[in-house]
Amino acid sequence: MTDSSTAAIPAPAPAADREPLLKVTALAKHFPITKGVLRRQTGAVRAVDGIDFTVNPGETLGVVGESGCGKSTMGRLVTRLAEPTGGKIEFEGTDITHLSTGAMRPLRKDIQMIFQDPYSSLNPRHTVGTIVGAPFRLQKVQTEHGVKRAVQDLLELCGLSPEHYNRYPHEFSGGQRQRIGIARALALKPKMIVADEPVSALDVSIQAQVVNLLDDLQSELGLTYLIIAHDLSVVRHVSDRVAVMYLGKIVEIADRDSLYKAPMHPYTTALMSAVPVPDPGRKERRERILLTGDVPSPINPPSGCRFRTRCWKAQDVCSTQEPPLVAAKVGHQVACHFPENPVLV
Amino acid sequence: MIDLQTSSPDAFLSVRDLRIHFDTDDGLVRSVDGVSFDLQKGKTLGIVGESGSGKSVTSLGIMGLHRSKRARITGEIWLDGEDLIAAGPERVRQLRGRRMAMIFQDPLTAMHPYYTVGQQIVEAYRVHHPEVKKKDARKRAVEMLDRVGIPQPDRRVDDYPHQFSGGMRQRAMIAMSLVNDPSLLIADEPTTALDVTVQAQILDLIRDLQQEFGSAVIIITHDLGVVAELADDILVMYGGKCVERGPAATLFQAPEHPYTWGLLGSMPRLDRELQDRLIPVKGTPPSLINVPSGCAFHPRCPYAELTGGRSSTEVPVLAEAAERHHAACHLPAADRHRIFADEIAPRL
Repeated sequence: MTDSSTAAIPAPAPAADREPLLKVTALAKHFPITKGVLRRQTGAVRAVDGIDFTVNPGETLGVVGESGCGKSTMGRLVTRLAEPTGGKIEFEGTDITHLSTGAMRPLRKDIQMIFQDPYSSLNPRHTVGTIVGAPFRLQKVQTEHGVKRAVQDLLELCGLSPEHYNRYPHEFSGGQRQRIGIARALALKPKMIVADEPVSALDVSIQAQVVNLLDDLQSELGLTYLIIAHDLSVVRHVSDRVAVMYLGKIVEIADRDSLYKAPMHPYTTALMSAVPVPDPGRKERRERILLTGDVPSPINPPSGCRFRTRCWKAQDVCSTQEPPLVAAKVGHQVACHFPENPVLV
Repeated sequence: MIDLQTSSPDAFLSVRDLRIHFDTDDGLVRSVDGVSFDLQKGKTLGIVGESGSGKSVTSLGIMGLHRSKRARITGEIWLDGEDLIAAGPERVRQLRGRRMAMIFQDPLTAMHPYYTVGQQIVEAYRVHHPEVKKKDARKRAVEMLDRVGIPQPDRRVDDYPHQFSGGMRQRAMIAMSLVNDPSLLIADEPTTALDVTVQAQILDLIRDLQQEFGSAVIIITHDLGVVAELADDILVMYGGKCVERGPAATLFQAPEHPYTWGLLGSMPRLDRELQDRLIPVKGTPPSLINVPSGCAFHPRCPYAELTGGRSSTEVPVLAEAAERHHAACHLPAADRHRIFADEIAPRL
């Protein structure tokens, strides 16, 4: 497949009539590596290395990838908890890439975050009431019936009891703590929630409760989610569109059904075939693609296509030319010279 | 409950009514409360359960790794005709690492950061083979690293654990545990800390090595997908007890216990059409100090009222539901099969 044939297909526009809530262009974050007393920079960890995507209002974008692919750094960049090295982040049309802490503060109301570890993300010395009520105080938001009532309503919305108001985090189980974190994120009625591995620290039966809660809250409050996770089956369950990251790049981004039914990037195919399935009869029937070796270092990523060192389809062109992320069919972009399930043109 | 009728006399490992209790300031913690199973050589047993169900405590109990002052261990653990609980700690120490070995979840904390990977494997080998010269032991370490798929093993043998990636560290730990050709290998969440592509490599490696060495393997995990990949038999634990046990194929096709249904229903699955909603198990796992009366699962069980109050007063015993398939549930078998066929199976 050549560039000209793929370029002929118009770019995907699942919601072209609406303006995207979040638009990210060529976003990059390089962490410097310094040496010696003078702290000379000798290199950089290219955690995120030029990614583009949009998130439309009301949808869920899932981001998957293995550890070290830069998905968490990406989440911290779009919430502006880390300063981007390059690129542009637009939220509702406003450029927020380099806003100062003060200028960012009013926007914090609209972008909230749910963290992975429900143990370290809640202050153990504060009561649930203080934790969930903090956003109101920090943003000086007036509530109709007082903060306490607002917090109790939030707790109820998240499946906790209003009587939990005066308790401390250690009195709760992991799943309940994650609900407290979600209540805090919802306090100021944000437009977008960035959730970094929201269920990976929870037991299977509790995981399902929290996934269903996130689902319900989205339909009830019209939230937009950016969900970062490593578990492909959870991401399939919650997302409308899915982006696959590898070594700081998005290698494939597509509508959920298109991605899971006909993945085009060899890495996506390999990831999916590696997921263990609770069906003992299936292990003989299915074909598994075994990737060899580990993810290369982001300090010195391979030339050309970053996946070529582990790819079974790699050819000479892969080491010299970096494949651009182009639309291969409607709602499906892929960065590969030799994609799987190609569209016959 | 012991079912000696079904336990085969040629089992390599037989656990009978194992109880492991801990005295704490808050009360007696019944981490394991009457677990029995058999395991043949060359077979794999998967122990599944959520955190706090007692699965890791069981495995540490078999390895004799509980401090005897803290833990009260009763029951029988027969390893190749020898009762480990009666044998005492000195004898268990001789067997540990040689006849039975363990792979831990987090290889970075399980390996010593100050010694090279090679030194640690050599030590594990020479403890049980003191007559072997250092040079030969090192050769053996390189051989083992090569066997588990570490590239350039003669060079990597002198690396420290932090110089290995997560997947390689887990391979090195497998090499260390297999250096004495143990007949029983216990893997406690061996792939939980790893990425899926690396997890697939490690699971394949464990399967290959088992075929090569013919050892008995216990794999402990919370991931039903992982046990489906590896296990011949599966034991589901809840609140320190075994609630269901059977061959992997029947347990996944015709699970008998409502808790197993709950586990299967709450997992999103890549191999099925997308469900609208997951079906979680309501509530939270029980505290092991205050295990609910009767069936420990009854406060979370959607079918508890169908037992006419028995589930909250009477502890259910493991009863045969099909050939080699046991479940501890008060629901009459006919009701269970009807509920599974009508309500559970269509939603899975």
